[in-house]
Amino acid sequence: MIRSDVLRDIAPILRDQLVICNIGLPSQELHMIDDQPSNFYMLGTMGLSSSIGLGVALAQNKTVISIDGDGSVLTNFGTLPTIANNVADNFILLIIDNGSYGSTGDQPTYAGKKTSLAAVATACGCENVVECKAEDTGKVLQDAIDARQMTVIVCKCESGNIKLPVITKDPVVIRDRFMGAVQA
Amino acid sequence: MSISAKLVDDFVANGVDFITTVPCKQLAGVIDEVEARPEIYHIPANKEDEGMGLCAGAFMGGKRPAIIMQNTAIGVTVNTLVTLTQFYRMPLPMLISYRGELREPVACQVEMAVHTKALLNQMHIPTYHFHKESDADEMDAILKYTFMCNKPVAILTDASFWGGYGDQ
Repeated sequence: MIRSDVLRDIAPILRDQLVICNIGLPSQELHMIDDQPSNFYMLGTMGLSSSIGLGVALAQNKTVISIDGDGSVLTNFGTLPTIANNVADNFILLIIDNGSYGSTGDQPTYAGKKTSLAAVATACGCENVVECKAEDTGKVLQDAIDARQMTVIVCKCESGNIKLPVITKDPVVIRDRFMGAVQA
Repeated sequence: MSISAKLVDDFVANGVDFITTVPCKQLAGVIDEVEARPEIYHIPANKEDEGMGLCAGAFMGGKRPAIIMQNTAIGVTVNTLVTLTQFYRMPLPMLISYRGELREPVACQVEMAVHTKALLNQMHIPTYHFHKESDADEMDAILKYTFMCNKPVAILTDASFWGGYGDQ
């Protein structure tokens, strides 16, 4: 399974939650698979999906899922200690780890080599860290939502992309309808 | 009342309830004051762009955020300021220690100080410079302005404002 297969698989679970989606192909894929007002698509700032998601989770009570990538987490490693030390039980960080920088041409990341993001998250103090196979992501994600415990999920999947268009929605529209979903 | 307490009073009076900080020697007093206030969720960040991500999320979640950081952070956060905070039109008061100004003992700080206002100007970020203690009288109006216009706004606070570095 590649990332778009995982997103297709978990789209029915994501639909009812607040979702912060990583820049580039992940946002474009989710936008194409199941666009929802409760999806916040990042059009810039690689690395900040987990930070934005934690901010939303700390500010209100609904469940928030940040969809991140291995490359993006590597870009913003400082996020993991911040998450670990500011526990929000309505926050789930879902790292789709395909071992590559997918949006830029599948260059390999260190997470696909010696570095284990699950081990790093644990070392940073995150208490519920689950590494799973791509096909188990839906079950692990639903369990984390039901447990209402802050969870970091590292979903190991294959590298690869599908062709799809960029998001042309205005950023203020994306932000405004997301804020509407927060308040709904 | 200390100047730190006055600034944080203004934050609280304007409903600012989520503040992320990256420390600077000049800002130690104001960070202590933020930490001490029950009205504010204080979340230290490891890097300023991470902090701006937290603030963006908190704003969308219904809070009024602010960031406290050193001016060197302007060099770190240009991309985040333009493609997150400005692109999505979000308010962000930035209380910034303006290192490298008069009374600065560390030469390297001057290297970033000479670019600070130019970078803020280039990004069209409204910028206020607190040099004398009475300049802080405008803090309340600056916060109201920031949340009125949904923009990042910079408040540069130099060594003279904070009372210098003691004997040098």
